[in-house]
Amino acid sequence: MHDDDDDVKEKESGWSRRSFLKASGISLSVPLVMGHRVIKVAGAEVKMYGPGKVALALTVNGKKYAAEVEPRVTLLEALRGDLDLTGSKRVCDRATCGACTVIVDGKPAYSCSVLAIEAQGKAITTVEGLMQGEKLHPIQQAFIDNDAQQCGFCTPGFVVACKAFLDKNPNPTPEQVQHGLGGNLCRCGTYVGVRAAVMQAAKGGQKNGRV
Amino acid sequence: MAEYKWPDADKRTLIGKRISRVDGPAKVSGKAKYSYDINPPGMLWGKMVRCPHPHAKITAIDTSAAEKMPGVKAVQIVQGVGAEISWMGASIVGVAAVDEPTAIDAARAIKVTYEKLPHMALDTDPKLAGEFAKPANANTAGDPDKAFSEADTVVEGFYGLTMITHCCLESHGSVMEWTDDKSVLAHLSTQAVSGSASNIARPLEIPAGNVTVKQDHVGGGFGSKFGPDDWDITAARLSKKAGGKPVKMFNERDAELMVAGARPSAYARVKVAVKKDGTLTGWQSDSWASGGLGGGGSPPLPYIFNIPNQKKQHTAIVNHVGPQRAWRAPGHPQGCLITMSALEDAAAAIKMDPLDFLLKNMDLAGARAEVYRDEFKIAADLIGWKKNWHERGDKTPGPIKRGLGLSCHTWGGGGHPSDCDLVVQPDGSIELKMATQDLGTGTRTTLMIVVADSLGLPLEAVKLSIGDSRLPASGGSGGSTTIAGVSSSARRASLDALDLIFAKAAPALDAKPEELEAVGGTVRVKNNPSKSMSWAQACAKLGAMPITVRGKNPGPGNLGSQGVGGVQMADVSVDVETGIIKINKIVAVQDCGLIIDLKTAESQVYGALIMGVSYALYEEKITDARNGRMLNPNMEFYKLAGIGDIGELVVHMMTGKGYDERGVIGLGEPPVVSPGAVISNAVANAIGVRVGTLPLTPDRVLAAIEKKGGNNARI
Amino acid sequence: MRAFEYASPTTKEQAVSLLGSNWADADILAGGTDLLALMKDDVVTPKRLVNIKDIKELRGISIGSVRGLRIGALVTIQELADHPQVREAFPVISKTAGEIAGPQIRNMGTIGGNLCQRPRCWYYRAGFGLLAKDESGESLVPSGDNRYHAILGNSGPAYFVSPSTLAPLFIALGATVRLFGPKGKREIPVEKFFVVPQSETDREHDLKPNEIVTEIVVPPLAGVKSASYEVRQKEAMDWPLAFASVALTISGGKVSAARIVMGHVAPVPWRSKEAEAALVGKAITEETAKAAGDAAVTGAKSLSGNGYKIQLAKVAVKRAILEAAKGGAK
Repeated sequence: MHDDDDDVKEKESGWSRRSFLKASGISLSVPLVMGHRVIKVAGAEVKMYGPGKVALALTVNGKKYAAEVEPRVTLLEALRGDLDLTGSKRVCDRATCGACTVIVDGKPAYSCSVLAIEAQGKAITTVEGLMQGEKLHPIQQAFIDNDAQQCGFCTPGFVVACKAFLDKNPNPTPEQVQHGLGGNLCRCGTYVGVRAAVMQAAKGGQKNGRV
Repeated sequence: MAEYKWPDADKRTLIGKRISRVDGPAKVSGKAKYSYDINPPGMLWGKMVRCPHPHAKITAIDTSAAEKMPGVKAVQIVQGVGAEISWMGASIVGVAAVDEPTAIDAARAIKVTYEKLPHMALDTDPKLAGEFAKPANANTAGDPDKAFSEADTVVEGFYGLTMITHCCLESHGSVMEWTDDKSVLAHLSTQAVSGSASNIARPLEIPAGNVTVKQDHVGGGFGSKFGPDDWDITAARLSKKAGGKPVKMFNERDAELMVAGARPSAYARVKVAVKKDGTLTGWQSDSWASGGLGGGGSPPLPYIFNIPNQKKQHTAIVNHVGPQRAWRAPGHPQGCLITMSALEDAAAAIKMDPLDFLLKNMDLAGARAEVYRDEFKIAADLIGWKKNWHERGDKTPGPIKRGLGLSCHTWGGGGHPSDCDLVVQPDGSIELKMATQDLGTGTRTTLMIVVADSLGLPLEAVKLSIGDSRLPASGGSGGSTTIAGVSSSARRASLDALDLIFAKAAPALDAKPEELEAVGGTVRVKNNPSKSMSWAQACAKLGAMPITVRGKNPGPGNLGSQGVGGVQMADVSVDVETGIIKINKIVAVQDCGLIIDLKTAESQVYGALIMGVSYALYEEKITDARNGRMLNPNMEFYKLAGIGDIGELVVHMMTGKGYDERGVIGLGEPPVVSPGAVISNAVANAIGVRVGTLPLTPDRVLAAIEKKGGNNARI
Repeated sequence: MRAFEYASPTTKEQAVSLLGSNWADADILAGGTDLLALMKDDVVTPKRLVNIKDIKELRGISIGSVRGLRIGALVTIQELADHPQVREAFPVISKTAGEIAGPQIRNMGTIGGNLCQRPRCWYYRAGFGLLAKDESGESLVPSGDNRYHAILGNSGPAYFVSPSTLAPLFIALGATVRLFGPKGKREIPVEKFFVVPQSETDREHDLKPNEIVTEIVVPPLAGVKSASYEVRQKEAMDWPLAFASVALTISGGKVSAARIVMGHVAPVPWRSKEAEAALVGKAITEETAKAAGDAAVTGAKSLSGNGYKIQLAKVAVKRAILEAAKGGAK
C-alpha cells in the first residue's frame, strides 16, 4: 500500500510490539501487536495503528477503561464486549435504530457507527452512567412511571437519547419531542409512554400522561 | 378447601390497579441482562456462513482455510454437501473463534459452492406461480349462488397484505456452554423457557434434564422465538468441539430479517352480496398466500361476521423467501383486513355509514355481538364518529383529505398449562418460582400482583424467580395464553398456601380456618379484625420448615377464560398529491376479562396500535423475484414507525361488571389485528377509493387514485 | 468488517499523503455513519482508514457579507442547522439540514460526508456494485425492484439516486466545493462535483482517491428566495422519495432568475433548466408553480416500478416554489 511511499519510514513506538513482547516474555509467534508504527508523511510523524489489536483507553461514565481491540472494533462492540457495559444494544448495527445510543462529548451518537479507537479522549456516557449511585435519573424514573418500555431492548438507547435531547431542549413542545427523538426505533410500541416520560422529566418529575 | 376465584372488586388491593412494571428499574438502567448480553469468561464468538441463493444444492464445502486461522476454535457444518437449501440466509457452516472479528474473518474464509435450483419468490398472483401454487378444495356453506343472484348489490374488491417480518430488536440466538460432558447451559433468547430444554437436548443426544435454559429478559419475540433454531444447536456443537467453552451466536440483522420468521402474505378477490337495507347475505373469496415452503395458510374468512352463504377457495403458494412463523395473532390481521375492507366497501356501495352497517349485521358475530355493540358505542364517542364521518371521498378543497375507518376483531387467549411453586418461609418471606418468561408484557409484574394481593401483602414482599427451565414448567408465551395461565396458577398456589397457614394460625386466633383472611400484612378473623396477627406471626406457626405449594393451570375453579372482542377506529389524513398518509388518531376499545395490571395492559394495546401503524403503512419484506434476494434486510428500508408517525392513540379497556367475572384472558394478540383494516378503511373514506394492498405506500395510494380504485400497478 | 490500519492525521497535507491512488487502498473516515455500514457489508473494503476528524482547519463556519457562507467539511449537520448566523442569513440551509435523518445522524454526520455519502441503492448495498450488474453484465435495476430508483438520467449505466439532500440546495444556491489533494487545492461548483459513473471503477463524485473535501462556500443570498421541499413517508429516519430545492430572484412581482434542483430522482442532483425556464418571467401562483413542476420532469422515464416518483418530483418542485414565494424557509 503506502509503505513504499518515499517519505514513509517506520520505527518502533514507545508501546511497541518489540518492547511488549520483550516485557511479557511471549514468543514472537503470538499474533499480538499492542503498539503502533510511526510513519512520516508530509513532514510530520503520524501514528499508524493496527490492523492487529491496539491498546485503547476509553473514558466511559467518568471512569477510565483499558481495552485491547483491533481498529475495526466499534465503540458499541468495545462497550458491550470488552467493558461488559451491555446496556447499549446492538440491533440494526447500521446507524438507524438508536438502540446503541450513547452521548459523546455531550452529543447523542450511534455507538455502532463510531470506532472504539476514535472514541479515545472523548467523554462517553452510556445508560449505565445516568444513575447517581442507586438513585434513578429523573428520565429513568419517568420511563418507569409512564411505562415507556415493554421488552426493554430499545429502552436504554431511548433513555440516553432523551437525556441528550432534554439537555439541549429543557422545555420542549410535543412537536419538538417527536422531532428530537426521531432517531430511535421501538418494536413493541412504547412511544406513547416515551412521549409522556419526556414531558414528565422536562417538568422536573411532575407526573402526567400515563402515570 | 379454598374456593378458587378472584377477589371481589372491593377486596382487590393491587389487582386491576395501575402498577409500574417491577423490572422497570433494571430495564431503564441498562442492568437488565438479555441473553445477548451474557459474556461468560472464556466466551467464544460464533458466526454463521449463510446461503446466498433462494434454492440450491450444496456441491462443495471447504473449511480448511478457516480451520487454520489463529484464534479459530471450532468449525461445524450445519448442512453438508448434497443438502437442498430452500431460502437465502439458511445456515450452512458455523464457526467459533476467540473474538468477533476473528469469527467474521473465519466465516468469510469458508468456501461453499452451490448448484442453483429453480426458485419462486413471487406471491402476487397464483397464475404466475405455476407448479408452486397448491390450490385447496373449495369450501361452500349455504347457497351462495342464490344469495348473489338475489342480492340488491354485489360488491367486488381485491385486498391483500405483503409478507412482513417480526424484526425482534434482540435478534435470535444464544450463548451455549457445556458445563460437563453431558450437560448444557443455554442462555437462549426465547418465548418458551420450559419447552426449549428438550428441544435442545434432542439433537445433542443428551437427557433433557441435562439442559438448563436461562433467560432473564427477552428483546421481543412476537411469535417468532419458540426455538431453539439451528444456529442455537450449532452454537452448542461448536461449544462441545471447543472443549465446552461458551459460544455466543446471535443473528446479524440481515439474517434476522431473512430467516428468523415472517408473517405470511395474504391476498383475496372478494365478492359480497348485500340487501338494500344493509343485510349481508353472501360471501365469496378466492384467496392465496405465501410464507415459505408450506405456502401461506388460509386466513379466517369472512372474519367475525359469519355470513350465511359462502363460497371460498384458497391457494397456498410455495416459495423460497424464508420460513414463516407465527406472527402475533396468526391469520387474524390478514382475515380482518380482507373482511373489514370488503364490508366497508359494501357499505360504501350502498351509501351506508359503515358503523350502522356493521351494527346491523352484528348478530353474525355470534357470542360476542353484545360486547362489540358496547365497544363500538364507546369508540364512536372517543373519535367523534357521528360528527366526523362523511361519505366516501373528503370533499374539502386542497390536497389533504381526511377520513375515518373502523374494524373489529377477536381472539381466544385461554391460559396455557402452567405450574408454579410458592414457597412460604416460617419468617413470612415468600417466593414464587415458575419457568415462565416475561416478554415485556408484564408477566413478572402480574405474577407479583396476584401473589401479593392474594396474601394481603405489599408487592415488594414477593420474591419472584422465573426464566430458568429448572423451575416448575410453564407454557411458552404465544397466542395470548400466558397471563391467564400464569395468573391462575399463582392464584391457586396462593389460596392453597393460605389454607395451610390459616389452619395453623386459627387456634391462636380462636377461630376456624375458614373464618380467616389475609389482609394488609395480617392474618385476621373476618368480621372481627381486632382478632389478628401479623403475617410473619402466622407463618411462624408453620414450625421450622418452609412450605412449598404447587400451583397449577388448568386446575379447580374458573380463574381464566377465553374469547375477547375489540373494536378500533382510525382518523387519517392523506395527501392525494403525494400519497403520503398521516395518522391523526386511533381509538382502541378492548376487553380482556379481569385485568391484573391496568398499566401494562394498556401498554399492550398502545404497542399493538403502533405495530399496526407500522405494518399498515411501512413494513414489507421485499424480495427480488429474479434472484430471490431480500432487498431490505436492514432497518433502513424495512421501515418501522417512529415516534412521530403514530398520531394520537387512545385506549379504553372494558372492565368491571360483565368483564371481570369472566376471569383473566390474554391480550397480546387481539389489539394488533384491526389496525391494518381501520387505517385502510380510513384511507378509503378519505380519498374515495380503496388501496387494496398493505402497506399503504405512496406508490400504491397514487396508483389507486389514478385508477379510481382498480387494481394497483404493483400489489 | 475487514481489518484495516488506522491513522488520525492533524493536517490535510498529512491526510492526503496517507490516502492511496486507488479507492481500494484507503478511505476517509469522518462521521462514519455511512462508511462503517458499507464496510460491515463488505461493499467497500479499504486497507487503511484515515480519520480526518482531528484536522482542525476543516472545522468551523464563517459568514461574510461578500464571501458568503463558508462551511468546513467537518461541520456536523446539526452544527449547521443550529448555527445562529446561518439561521439568520441562510434559513433555508438551517431548515433543510435540520430535517435530515434523526438527531444522532445529524450530530455525527458531517457536511463533507453528506456530499460524499454513497448511494442507498439496495443492489449496490447487497454487493452487486455501483452499477448493480448481474453475472451477465446486465443491470438488475430496470427490470428489478426499482421503487426507490432514478426517474431522470436513468438510461444507464447508473440507476441509483444521489442520496444527499444538501447537495441540491447547495447547487440551487450556486455553492462551490473546495477540495485538497497532493497537488494542492481546487474549487469547483457543487453541481460539477456530482458525476454519473460509467464503469464500476468510477465514482459518483469528481473526487480522486487521494483528495478530500475541505469546505463548501455558499454565496450570499442577496435577496434570493429559497426553499426546499421533501416528500418523505416517515417523519424521521427515512429517505426522501423526491426532494427539491429552489432559489428564486423575484423583481417586480415576477421571477427574474431561478435555479431549481431535485434530489433523489437521478444519479446526480438534477438541475432542471426546463423548470427554471418555465418559471422565469412569471409571477408565482399555484398554476405557474405547477407548470414548473411539470416541466421539471421533462424527459423523466418510469422504470418498471417507480413511475409514482415522477408525480412526487413534480409536487416537490411545485411546493418548494410556493414555499419560497412565501418568503422561503423561516
